[in-house]
Amino acid sequence: MTKLRPDLAVILDHVEPGSRALDVGCGDGALMAALRDEKQVDARGIEIDPECVERCVSRGLSVVQGDADRDLGFYPDGAFDYAILSQTLQTAERPDRMLMELLRVGQRAFVSFPNFAHWRMRSALLFKGRMPVTNHLPVTWYETQNIHHVTVTDFRELAATMGVSINHEWFFANDRPIGSAGVSWRAEYAVFEVSH
Amino acid sequence: MNADTPLQSITLPDPLRLDNGRVLDSAVIAYETYGELTADKGNAILICHALTGDQHIASAHPATGKPGWWERMVGPGKPIDTNRFHVICANVIGSCMGSTGPASSALDGAPYAMRFPVITIRDMVRGLAALLDALGIEKLHAVVGGSMGGMQALSMAANFPDRAERVLAIATTARHSAQNIAFHEVGRQAIMADPAWNGGDYYATGASPGAGLSVARMAAHITYLSEEGLTEKFGRRLQDRDAKSFGFDADFQVESYLRHQGLAFTGRFDANSYLYITRAMDYFDLAEEHGGMLAEAFADTKARFCLISFDTDWLYPTAESRHVVHALNAAGAPVSFVELSAPYGHDSFLLDVPALDRVVKGFLG
Repeated sequence: MTKLRPDLAVILDHVEPGSRALDVGCGDGALMAALRDEKQVDARGIEIDPECVERCVSRGLSVVQGDADRDLGFYPDGAFDYAILSQTLQTAERPDRMLMELLRVGQRAFVSFPNFAHWRMRSALLFKGRMPVTNHLPVTWYETQNIHHVTVTDFRELAATMGVSINHEWFFANDRPIGSAGVSWRAEYAVFEVSH
Repeated sequence: MNADTPLQSITLPDPLRLDNGRVLDSAVIAYETYGELTADKGNAILICHALTGDQHIASAHPATGKPGWWERMVGPGKPIDTNRFHVICANVIGSCMGSTGPASSALDGAPYAMRFPVITIRDMVRGLAALLDALGIEKLHAVVGGSMGGMQALSMAANFPDRAERVLAIATTARHSAQNIAFHEVGRQAIMADPAWNGGDYYATGASPGAGLSVARMAAHITYLSEEGLTEKFGRRLQDRDAKSFGFDADFQVESYLRHQGLAFTGRFDANSYLYITRAMDYFDLAEEHGGMLAEAFADTKARFCLISFDTDWLYPTAESRHVVHALNAAGAPVSFVELSAPYGHDSFLLDVPALDRVVKGFLG
């Protein structure tokens, strides 16, 4: 088995065995397969790319080709213990509504995203005057699907505004977990576990 | 159509109760099987055929001699692998390939013709379930179908929720739309406008409503293809001539093709069966059977579902599959769905679409 991306591994570690989870933007199903095989989770997925869906179906996973902005609405309230949104929040039409939808269909949600206030981003803007292109945000500004760049601070504020509790937060740099000191500029990406 | 062709069939021991309140006594179900059934009878896959399909899924058609209609999908080493699975395909009731239909003899010895009861998709599925009972197969590894076959697969999940572990419904819908019904009505009117139809009593007259049936098939055939596919295949090209004839001969290749399709169809299909089966499809509305809520139809099933649509299918477009998927989501059923890209329109499920093969194989496990 290939090693899970660190943000996905953290989610895998913190999901209750035997629970129900919806992975929104599940890609090739790596996390779903791990949840099923290691935690006996009843995992479902939504994925926009048909080739990814095909791979998921071949792995015996239940994945619906669809657009998270549009299709989450068809799931009933509280259908899942967890809704998972990995590295996708910044691509949503309205991230605030997406977060609300995640917490409508799931009791809890895991949300991960690249931190736009990482020092590399800051330096690209400050010294070069350019939109940053990095390992975690590798696409130029005119091609990127990331239409709502967000920082750790922004997300905490959004959660507070929406009355959403942050139960846990994890931060990563160089694909390794880091402590919470100075994460606003040190974290390349973050994972939050939130609930109402 | 040839009554002398030996077909594998059983006569159902019990009367078949129908949605219209009547019963069909001593109904015959003709079927074919491929691949060995394991001792625990756990490897059976039921494949449901489409409107004009039949049980000859992976073996030559007895009337036309043509290869089975899904040979590219079913066979040893194929996506539905008969080295592993015992594949069953039965002719639906109402059809004309050995199962009881309007051309069959009623108790008085004469063909039913229009005395045959109007049947529904659910009635067809009741017939299939009775066949499985007779074969001693309690639980299917999967029920699979495209187009009307997909309707049967969904209907089986709704009405016999414990019967199949997996439900694979391709290029299908949970209800016939006004447009679907409209096209079928054109076909039925073409048949009934043919003087040889004779109120359905043509079996002994020596004439059959071939002209009407042929037009019905031509109109339907257009709905199975995409505009893009027709343009690519025929464009405005002329048939065996350099100039327009300024007449009503088949000047265009597409006309010639449709006429051929229509004519070939009359050789293998009964006009009354066409009336009854199109009616069954038009009556199909899985939500209506379950209090108007499609999600309710799937409330009791433990099956895993997979739906597949094609981007060029305008007969049962992707939105119809999504409608089913959303109902399954609401019912909490495990469902996969993918819209595949293929140029052939509705008929894509029968044609060379490698991604379809991969999804089918992957889903069946």
